Amino acid sequence: MATMTFVQAIHDALAVEMERDPRVVLLGEDIGKNGGVFRATEGLWARFGPARVIDTPLAEAGIVGMAIGMALNGLRPVAEIQFADFIYPAFDQIVSELAKFRYRSAGQFPAPVVVRTPSGGGIKGGHYHSQSPEAYFIHTAGLKVAMPSTPADGKGMLAAAMRDPDPVIFLEPKALYRTVKGDVPEGDFVVPLGKARSVRSGEDVSLITYGATVHVAEEAAAIAAEEGIGVDVIDLRTLWPLDIDAVVQSVELTGRAVVLHEAPRTCGFGAELAALIQEKAFLHLKAPVQRVTGFDTPFPYALEKLYIPDARRVLDAVRAAMNF
Amino acid sequence: MDQQLTVALRDDGSVDPGLDPGLDGETLRFLFRKMVFLRALDEKALNLQRAGRIGFYIGAAGQEASEIGSGFALKPGDWVFPSYRDQGVALLHGYPLSSLIAQLFGNRLDATKGRQMPNHWCDRSRRIVSVSSPVATQLPQAVGAAYAAKMRGEKDAFIAYFGDGGSSTGEFHVAMNFAGVFRTPNVFFCSNNQYAISVPVSRQTATGSIAAKAAAYGFRGIRVDGNDVLAVYRVTLDALELARGGGGPTLIEAVTYRMGAHSTSDDPTRYRSAEEVEAWRKKDPVARFASHLRSLGLLDDAFEETIAEEAREEVRRAVAECESAPPVPPESMVEDVYAEMPWHLSEQREWLRQPGGR
Repeated sequence: MATMTFVQAIHDALAVEMERDPRVVLLGEDIGKNGGVFRATEGLWARFGPARVIDTPLAEAGIVGMAIGMALNGLRPVAEIQFADFIYPAFDQIVSELAKFRYRSAGQFPAPVVVRTPSGGGIKGGHYHSQSPEAYFIHTAGLKVAMPSTPADGKGMLAAAMRDPDPVIFLEPKALYRTVKGDVPEGDFVVPLGKARSVRSGEDVSLITYGATVHVAEEAAAIAAEEGIGVDVIDLRTLWPLDIDAVVQSVELTGRAVVLHEAPRTCGFGAELAALIQEKAFLHLKAPVQRVTGFDTPFPYALEKLYIPDARRVLDAVRAAMNF
Repeated sequence: MDQQLTVALRDDGSVDPGLDPGLDGETLRFLFRKMVFLRALDEKALNLQRAGRIGFYIGAAGQEASEIGSGFALKPGDWVFPSYRDQGVALLHGYPLSSLIAQLFGNRLDATKGRQMPNHWCDRSRRIVSVSSPVATQLPQAVGAAYAAKMRGEKDAFIAYFGDGGSSTGEFHVAMNFAGVFRTPNVFFCSNNQYAISVPVSRQTATGSIAAKAAAYGFRGIRVDGNDVLAVYRVTLDALELARGGGGPTLIEAVTYRMGAHSTSDDPTRYRSAEEVEAWRKKDPVARFASHLRSLGLLDDAFEETIAEEAREEVRRAVAECESAPPVPPESMVEDVYAEMPWHLSEQREWLRQPGGR
């Protein structure tokens, strides 16, 4: 075990997998000599050479399009999009091409590409450096969408994504890059995609979340415990395909659910979670599923602390569920 | 800006000695057969669509020289990133006619399980990549695939097809730029057939030459007479060899004309004059090559009719074989979304399996 920041764990996964599998190549803007704007690829250019750590021209559609072609021809590309907010120029390549290649070719052309991108707010980045685009990709058949919340998961899930036969949109909560540290196993280490993590057990309310708001959920659950409310906190880790069993089992136990994310509310992933909970655990529910989310606005610079759900808002929802 | 047009087959029926690929009589006849075959396939497919037996078709009439000339230049190991009008290239690259016809019907014989509309075929074993409806999305993908080969030290070439409309897209510029920067073994083959559905090439570019754009990306651009099968073959062969030898990419603009509609959903009389079509009809690539072969004593009326009849018969037979196959099974709808089927698709498959779920 080593203690690492979140971004060090991401770096470690890339280094270990590049060492393990010569098919792995990285491509993106500023990832080479500069080591990435968040330093996730620092030193890899010198270690593995410019043919495998590729500074591309500045064009997201080209990065993802090129990564698709690399995957079709036997490589394991990891494309870095500098900020999730810049992923939209590559949107067509992701949702119409990358996601569809296996299906439209009936399995002849799988495209195992990982698209890594720093997501979410909390760094005073304004709305071009703070968006949470997961719902677009969850809505797209053929993509897997993952968002770790701890350094160990960051490493293990990224390694799993790089070995996965399907395309994975790997969202990294950039607010955690340097604010969260934790124990991370050294060397070869994988956290399987599709498995949720129990962060904390409780019997009164299920609090279902992922990414940076896992830490908000933990804070809220600790305060709720002081009020005598047991909160069962679930970190989904992989958003899609979802670990539905973990969600349903928890809600069957508690009878109450709060879903929590930073992305905007309307048609956000929380809406899907709420629908699934009422489809699969309706008779266990003692209260309506509560949603705690960002607002239905562009991401605001000056008001980001208000925009991102905090423990107070989560606690309000937990109490509402308890008092229904 | 204009760029000189490369022409091998002169108006008088002779061949420019500097561009003559030096093919023997049998090979010339083979190319002619393939051009005639492509036209016969078009006619049959259009009739199938008109009769309601298939939903859609995209014809290549008028572009046979570009299709057959460029496709014939490929080696078996080369990769093809086609557009939806390149059935001639696919057939020359080994794609079986029966597979192509089955894909038109999208039935159980279709290797891609009826997932896409006609003209969107693929064949991994022959390195023919799955076709996309959005234009030019395949170009950066071709650069990535070429990069992979270059990285491994392989000597394959990667040809990507698109139209004049595709040259307007962001992906075109992105792909040219990436290919130029990384000097990948790519050949970008633009079939400039003068129209992107209804919009003329003058609305796609102000340069007058698509090939000229290559200069801006640091590599070679060639403007070739796309109705001249020998010239197209020659310039494509040169470009592929350059790519295989590490000489970097080439952009080929084949200047041609789509004689028919964009697709069976299109009415070209709304945007093209009869005079214009007639003027291009006089440059028909099949007739032009026929007259060349006649001048060499390789073709006469009887032989030409035999070739045409054989082509019609081969297409007819393939249609008869493929059309009667059963439809794709309903539950195949949820297959191949992921390598392993996740729970939510398993649930949807169960629904499809129920008698009432269809």
